[in-house]
Amino acid sequence: MSHDVAVLGVGMHPWGKWGRSFVEYGVTAAERALADAGVEWNDVQFVVGGETVRNGYGGYVAGSTFARALGWNGSRVATCYAACASGSAAIEAARTRILAGLCDVALVVGADTTPKGFLAPNSGERWDDPDWLRFRLVGATNPTYFGLYARRRMDLYGSTTADFAAVKLKNALHGLHNENARFRKEVTLEEVEMSPVVADPLRLLDICATSDGGAAVVLTSMDYARRHTTAPVRIRAVSTVTPRFPNTALDMPDLSTDSAVAVCEPEQSFRASIAHAAYEEAGIGPEDLSLAEVYDLSTALELDWYEDIGLCKPGGAEGLLRDGVTTLGGKLPVNPSGGLACFGEAVPAQAIAQVCEITWQLRGAAGPRQVEGARVGVTANQGLFGHGSAVLLST
Amino acid sequence: MAKQSVHIIEGWFRGGDEPALLGQRCTKCSTVVFPPVATMCPNPSCSSREFSTVPLSRTGKVWSYTDAHYQPPAPYVTTTSPFEPFAIAAVELEAERIIVLGQVASGFGPLDLTVGNEVELVLEPLEVRDDVEYLVWKWRPCAQVVRS
Repeated sequence: MSHDVAVLGVGMHPWGKWGRSFVEYGVTAAERALADAGVEWNDVQFVVGGETVRNGYGGYVAGSTFARALGWNGSRVATCYAACASGSAAIEAARTRILAGLCDVALVVGADTTPKGFLAPNSGERWDDPDWLRFRLVGATNPTYFGLYARRRMDLYGSTTADFAAVKLKNALHGLHNENARFRKEVTLEEVEMSPVVADPLRLLDICATSDGGAAVVLTSMDYARRHTTAPVRIRAVSTVTPRFPNTALDMPDLSTDSAVAVCEPEQSFRASIAHAAYEEAGIGPEDLSLAEVYDLSTALELDWYEDIGLCKPGGAEGLLRDGVTTLGGKLPVNPSGGLACFGEAVPAQAIAQVCEITWQLRGAAGPRQVEGARVGVTANQGLFGHGSAVLLST
Repeated sequence: MAKQSVHIIEGWFRGGDEPALLGQRCTKCSTVVFPPVATMCPNPSCSSREFSTVPLSRTGKVWSYTDAHYQPPAPYVTTTSPFEPFAIAAVELEAERIIVLGQVASGFGPLDLTVGNEVELVLEPLEVRDDVEYLVWKWRPCAQVVRS
């Protein structure tokens, strides 16, 4: 039995620092996705929202917030939270309901309005909240973790800060003409090197900003899609895996890893298991990929992803980057959208935005950033507290 | 001078001449847990709820390190003005096969660290308020880093 569902429509509200309600971004993205699909809102049978935790109760119940804003139509509703992986958790909820035969048309929406500066935990005295404790006891921000991963690459593999900067330069070029990107400007090595250090060895331009934005997809059964289009883009697999004990990499926001003293660590790290689970589910491997959208919260982290999604062995990422393999025009462009480097992060929208980009690429509709002959693409990211996220798509 | 020293959080570490982090050790499968807040053993093949409290190794090897050039947001409390950057290290304890994050002892920065070098656990004030110093664990480099 085929486990494919169709991505019939995609839409985004441009990323920026607009300072307006997340509902507006979500509704705009939803309208664009519905128009793109040629589907009426009243024909949507299931709405899934990616939850935002920074926008009050309306954000906690994002699915119904969007449904209400579009006008109650009686559809089923759900809201998903999986931190940075919320979007793919929402996509997986819609996909499985379609595959179960319980509906034909689902709308998935994520949108966020984010404050300036470091993402901070909830306020109050929260001595049993690990996310609060890492700020309280250590002062460990998100860039702290990015800095740890980057430094480890340098000390283990001999990566340089110039390698990290090269990721920024590449992504800035990729996103130059992306009308949904927030930063559309070429960046020079000197600009990266002149930007202030945030978390050694990473500088401000190595680290992604936080943004406002919205993204939506219309997912349908393959039968429904074939009545609307001849060649729908298909979701072949979704991975929402959790780690296997003992998880021996220090993941944000933890103060410690699991102990491997009683049980040997698994062959595959958590991050490597994320895309792998999608490959296994679809019977498609990294050798089949035309492109990838990975979560470049920092420049160095993009290089980690090359290895974790199976493009090369550990320590091989800098070689791929230097050889131009992952640049547009190369054999396997990574982040042709411009990535988080050009977007900044709008948490519940970001994993959906990755799927929007791959869909445009697979349709051959990505304009100046088109990957020639794109047939298969994968998204990858990881949400706090053990949320894997990968979506594998093909023509 | 502060008149009183207290631990910023209870039950996570001990003081004295040989300060150490305090972990839980599963009485059934020997898995070690830090911070010691587990209800059930995190080993999925073990469902024990019985733990003994054990001090963890006082020295470990640096898994990685970084620093904070900007003041972290609340609830981090900064008692120096202007804000002074501090270093942070993730340290692997060999006997327990666990990595624990912590600030690096005051006076040391990224240049004093390298992946694999040895550090020792110390208690230092995280903040001083109303004549009370609040102690937290930090990692102090054991030897000078030699850079080629």
